[in-house]
Amino acid sequence: MTWKANYWTLGIELQMSFKKRAARISDKTKRVARNLTELKRGESGILDRLDLPEDDARRLMELGFIPGHAVIPAHSAPGGDPRVFRVDGSEVALRRETAMRLLLR
Amino acid sequence: MGDCHGCPAATITIPPPPFQTRRQIVAIVGPPNSGKSTLFNRLTGLRQKVANFPGVTVEHRMGRVKLEGDREVFVVDLPGVYSLNPRSEDERVTHDVLTGQMKELPKPDAVLLILDSTNLSRHLVLAAPVLSLGLPTLVILNMADDLAGRGGEIDSAELAMQLGAPVALVSAAKGEGVDKVFQFLAGTTQGAPKQKAMMELPVIQDIPKCRAWASSAGSKAGYHAPAPPLWTRRLDRIFLHPLFGPLIFVLVVIGVFETIFSGAKPIMDAMQDAIQTLGDQYVAKMIGNDALRSLIVGGVMKGVGSVVVFLPQILLLFLFIGILEDSGYLARAALIADRTMAKFGLQGKSFIPLLSAYACAVPAIMATRTIENKRDRIATILIAPFMTCSARLPVYTLLIAAFFPEHPVAALLGLYIIGFLAAISTARLLKSTVLKSSRSSFMLEMPPYRWPTFRSLGLRLVDRSKVFLRRAGTVILGVAVVIWVLGSLPLEHGKPLPPEKIQESVMGKVGHVAEPAIRPLGFNWKIGIGLMTSLAAREVIVGTLGTIYGMEGTSQSAGLQQALRQDLTPGGAAALLVFFAFAMQCMSTIAVVRRETGGWKWPALQFAYMTVFAYVAAFATNHIVSQFVH
Repeated sequence: MTWKANYWTLGIELQMSFKKRAARISDKTKRVARNLTELKRGESGILDRLDLPEDDARRLMELGFIPGHAVIPAHSAPGGDPRVFRVDGSEVALRRETAMRLLLR
Repeated sequence: MGDCHGCPAATITIPPPPFQTRRQIVAIVGPPNSGKSTLFNRLTGLRQKVANFPGVTVEHRMGRVKLEGDREVFVVDLPGVYSLNPRSEDERVTHDVLTGQMKELPKPDAVLLILDSTNLSRHLVLAAPVLSLGLPTLVILNMADDLAGRGGEIDSAELAMQLGAPVALVSAAKGEGVDKVFQFLAGTTQGAPKQKAMMELPVIQDIPKCRAWASSAGSKAGYHAPAPPLWTRRLDRIFLHPLFGPLIFVLVVIGVFETIFSGAKPIMDAMQDAIQTLGDQYVAKMIGNDALRSLIVGGVMKGVGSVVVFLPQILLLFLFIGILEDSGYLARAALIADRTMAKFGLQGKSFIPLLSAYACAVPAIMATRTIENKRDRIATILIAPFMTCSARLPVYTLLIAAFFPEHPVAALLGLYIIGFLAAISTARLLKSTVLKSSRSSFMLEMPPYRWPTFRSLGLRLVDRSKVFLRRAGTVILGVAVVIWVLGSLPLEHGKPLPPEKIQESVMGKVGHVAEPAIRPLGFNWKIGIGLMTSLAAREVIVGTLGTIYGMEGTSQSAGLQQALRQDLTPGGAAALLVFFAFAMQCMSTIAVVRRETGGWKWPALQFAYMTVFAYVAAFATNHIVSQFVH
């Protein structure tokens, strides 16, 4: 049964090293690009890209979240999530997890 | 971009609308919140009906528009879309209709493209794919009053030049400028603009490119975006205030709830009495034949009547939903409720349908149309019947009065709570298995606040009543007749069995045969018959039990309570309450789920799931309660 345990620990090690790598990458992107949730209420930011599956990204772009356009956070539900964003002449509410994937210039 | 006159790529020849011979079909296309329905109502008035395309859940409305000289055109109101990229079901339907690929509908002869003029740069994006279809198109810039009021402007003649299609500045809500739409429909606008676009339409459906094209078209036509809607900002400061926001939300919910229950009660009681009197005093005396009288009065009028009395409640509920939706508050309520709903795997837009389900699951399921995400919508439809609807109350009242008279409030509250818990745990189960979807799918546009118009509220109520009454006239009528027939056969001296002898009827026999299946729950064959008749509508069991025990069949009847106490153990009574809390004992709900999900798959699954759930829970309740109470 030892081989099984070995595989198991190997799996964990691989997973951990992968996680470390993933953490490093996200650290890097964090330093480079801010996302929508880091904007203060009323502060304007210029959208750079949408780090989302294509369908969601398309739908958001149709609602006005187009790279190069300004986005301003406004009111929110109690607790700060979801929040309304003013973008391209309209107001759209997004959950925090979505807003985090919209990166600013 | 194509600022050139002679450039061949820029040319789109749009033939003049040929409205002469056969009835023409005109499609209304536009993004959500552009006022499509308002314009549709303006054009057609009451000459409209709702229909579903077969196989899809998307519904469309068809209507007739009367023109001068007894001419008519058909208009089709298509689902709101931002693009013609056939991704979602709504967009596919719109795309298929416009390109003539929808089998049930010939390709439209012309298009009314309606855009919100206060948000033109963004809405013009849809003009590119619609105009490139090559159909005669009138571009309608709606909410012109709002645009002017907030200091925006647009040169519609210039925009027409740029797009190569006639442009009308309109306020559909106030009816201003709608004559231009009628003129277009009558085919009298051929001469107005040059039928040649000055701007080349973007060929690739790339959103940033289309958006840039739209900006440029707008700015060439002198478009100045209006100032932000001041009143909307002011109202949002109150309605989305961290403290007052949730407070107002709760008050609105309580208000709606209270009015649906207390407000509708007198009307419902009056209707009940009216139906009763009509049946006993007039109809019964008009029919000489015993069998026919029993069928009409005892079967049809009682069966259909017990469902029709819910009409006032349903209309009141839809009036509220209509006001909330048209005013723009519904989007704010969905925003506030989202966090809580997310805990059960649902989203903010599921909130109002689930609240409505406390009145009746039927309008609640119809109200799920506001949820765009299909999986969230199906999940909401599937859990809505677990909410304690008002049809369960007569059953609860009778059994609680008979068996648990010391703690009526606690018992009733407990039943509301177990229904709610079943709903949310089912939601979690569904959303983590068959209806799994990415959690990031909540995107909700906040429309500006607007005054709801009597016209659109009225038409909505007419619409909903028609849907409801049509079902009462078909499915429920059919079930009522079947139940009456099973309860009245075999004939006795050539006459149907009187109600007192229901145990000798076919249904009584079935009850006896089915008894072994329900005995573990603590039910006898009489309850079995009640369960069968209550498939038409839950509260019918009260009347049936009254008939079987030969007592007055109401929930206040002391005789019936006494009879039940002798025939049922406390365990069996508790099990019956639990069974009613969970089982999908409602034909109307099954029918509406089938209609809204476009097939039998979901209603069949739902019925099986809820029945098994109810059976298991009732079985457990019977055995647990019997351990403690004898």
